[in-house]
Amino acid sequence: MIEIKNLKKSFDDKAVLKGVDVIFDDGKCNLIIGSSGSGKTVLMKCMVGLIKPTSGQVLYDGEDFVNMNDIEQKAIREKIGMLFQGGALFDSQTVEQNVMFPLDMFTGDKYSKKKERVKQVLERVQLKEDAYRKFPSEISGGMQKRVALARAIVLNPKYLFCDEPNSGLDPQTSMVIDKLIQEITQEYNITTIINTHDMNSVMEIGDHITYMHQGEKEWEGNNKEIILSENQKLNDFIFASEFLKDAKRMRTIQETGEIPKDMPAGVKDAIEEKLNVDLDGDGHIGNPSKNNPPSKE
Amino acid sequence: MKILRELGEFIKMAGGMFRKPENSKMYWKQFMLQCNDIGIGSLGIICIISVFIGAVSTLQTAYQLVSPIIPKTTIAQIVRDTVILEFAPTLSCIVLCGVVGSKIASELGNMRVSEQIDALEIMGINTKGYLVLPKILAGLVTIPLLIMLAMVLGIWGGRLAGTAAGIIDPSIFDTGLVMAFKAYNVYFALIKSFVFAFIITAVPAFYGYNVKGGALEIGHSSTRAVVVSCVLLLLADYILSALLL
Repeated sequence: MIEIKNLKKSFDDKAVLKGVDVIFDDGKCNLIIGSSGSGKTVLMKCMVGLIKPTSGQVLYDGEDFVNMNDIEQKAIREKIGMLFQGGALFDSQTVEQNVMFPLDMFTGDKYSKKKERVKQVLERVQLKEDAYRKFPSEISGGMQKRVALARAIVLNPKYLFCDEPNSGLDPQTSMVIDKLIQEITQEYNITTIINTHDMNSVMEIGDHITYMHQGEKEWEGNNKEIILSENQKLNDFIFASEFLKDAKRMRTIQETGEIPKDMPAGVKDAIEEKLNVDLDGDGHIGNPSKNNPPSKE
Repeated sequence: MKILRELGEFIKMAGGMFRKPENSKMYWKQFMLQCNDIGIGSLGIICIISVFIGAVSTLQTAYQLVSPIIPKTTIAQIVRDTVILEFAPTLSCIVLCGVVGSKIASELGNMRVSEQIDALEIMGINTKGYLVLPKILAGLVTIPLLIMLAMVLGIWGGRLAGTAAGIIDPSIFDTGLVMAFKAYNVYFALIKSFVFAFIITAVPAFYGYNVKGGALEIGHSSTRAVVVSCVLLLLADYILSALLL
């Protein structure tokens, strides 16, 4: 578990974090969302120690990371895996060497054992063997993210940080990456913190969502609650997303009993399938031709 | 003010390099890799410029020594001393500033901008020790060796050019080479090469490691690294000559 207590960070006179309090639980995908400049990246960087906060605490299972000395911080950092926005793969190393790097640095294992572990994690992130010998510049963006994810989990981290894991990826690849992160989180029971503004990710894997606005925690909840939220700032932010806009409208439909004529049937069905709720009261979840049973909600 | 701030940051970076390595084998591997990049990677250009510098200095010395009372061996003596004292260490190192310096600055700058340095930091690796220190140490080992090679090749180039142009007979050139030879000149050149090696590697590493921004800033830092290291190199050349000669 990671607990943030009254975390503040200022650059010169500009306060970027204005006292953030939040708890990230084990085995959950904890999402930090917010518009650009809301402070979510600074929050993440403060949590992993790339930026020193002005004041406040970052507690890793009760131990304050901010006030630790270098050696103690190093011990915590060895339990952290991080997936960077651009992958941050080492250009001069092959896919296999990139993933093996943390093992080379921190374990005294034999080469065969390390190679076996590398193969295991690369298979876990569904990367084909023919990519192992390629350099990062020779593989696609989605594959780079998978390699970066494999490198982040190769030492079995206790905490996994993902900075914009879907940036620059197509929706289908984004879903694959999201699913992988979610599965790995549950499989290893790790604390995963994801910095994103991809609303598909929010709905897919958002076990716990923290919405940041102008350096403050504005709202927190899960992916079911976000649709019901009455927070105006959050609504302004998520209304930029077509999917959530429609989801919100569907909730309004459910409450008022009036279905907008302009809403396409496909959109309605997709939203029902996502939320697993029969919102339009037609006795089916999603496409009626699939004969899905209605939800109890 | 900016110079003082940069100096302070440089000292801070240098202080951060000397910590216990996370894995000595990996640090050694990185050191050897840098020796290969800096030493073997610069071998070709050093060979070419040394031979030509020696050749040109022979031709120009002979052109200026027109008096019949000056023996031909003087040409070899002048070529030997100028190559050892100045041409081999200083000119070679100015070229290395461009070749090695820009490579170090852009490599580290790219690693900084693409968050590779952050990735290493988060793994718990001392990036100053792992990325910067091996480059400086590799420079301190390989650059003096390159300078020694440049001395030999420079003198050989001079001998070759003198013979080819019919200016000086090889045996006379060889006689001139050993006349009034001061071993101290070689020591002095080696002292210079160690100082220059530090400047060539440490200054670009500092600018590359501290890049902020994107691709444009990598280019700026690379240019700045080369310019600053060239100026410092010339300044160090003057100070060392004034103090040690």
